[in-house]
Amino acid sequence: MTTTQPVEVDLPRGGEEVHPDRPWLVIVWNDPVNLMSYVTYVFQKLFGYSHDKATKLMLDVHHKGRAVVSSGPRERAEIDVARLHEHGLWATMEQSE
Amino acid sequence: MTPSRRRFTRDRQGSFHPRLSPEERQLLEGLPAQAQELLATGDQSTKRLFPVAYPDDPAAEREYQALVGESLLDHHRHALDCLAQTASAETVGLGELEQWMGAFEVLRLVLGTQLDVTEDMSSIDPEDPRAPGLALYGYLSLLQEEVVAALAGVLPDVKDDR
Repeated sequence: MTTTQPVEVDLPRGGEEVHPDRPWLVIVWNDPVNLMSYVTYVFQKLFGYSHDKATKLMLDVHHKGRAVVSSGPRERAEIDVARLHEHGLWATMEQSE
Repeated sequence: MTPSRRRFTRDRQGSFHPRLSPEERQLLEGLPAQAQELLATGDQSTKRLFPVAYPDDPAAEREYQALVGESLLDHHRHALDCLAQTASAETVGLGELEQWMGAFEVLRLVLGTQLDVTEDMSSIDPEDPRAPGLALYGYLSLLQEEVVAALAGVLPDVKDDR
């Protein structure tokens, strides 16, 4: 990546806009294999959440189909996704609206 | 269903004692090799072990897979190796029990994919040709619950900010 002098350009409308300031969301999706107790444990272990908070997130995944379990800069979110993948959870990431 | 005695109890030195019969230990020694073979050939049943990080961005997904795909594979293989090597041990350490949990996870994900399991697997129809596989899946689920109970017991006690 380089920096250049600002110049007037016509930005394409609705195209690939980059918003580096908007945080990235780490989302865990419901799946038929992972046990509820296991998912709760993984949230506690990986993110240092209390049992109550981890349980609430697990129940969101279970009942609503998905839950945002962490958010932050892209690099941080990608590390979280990779650690969730190591634990067999179905995690994706997307930039917040 | 709560078993009357836990499968993994922790002694004062911090080691865990698996309560498993010789037949169970033999099974747990042998299962990892089958999963290793499926991993080595990239069998379809292992696809759940390599989830998609960027479902709407193929370019970012390719980068992600290039970055973590290999280490994710190593992670799963290491867990399976550890279970195969320590399934007969009288005691296992915390790190080893964490690897057992990882191995049970790999085995359940592969078996669950092969059997196309749904969320409610509480009753098994004996006429179902999948019955033996589902019984094994249920057994591994029980062990997974037990390992999680043991490991949750050594998590630091975290309180929420009020």
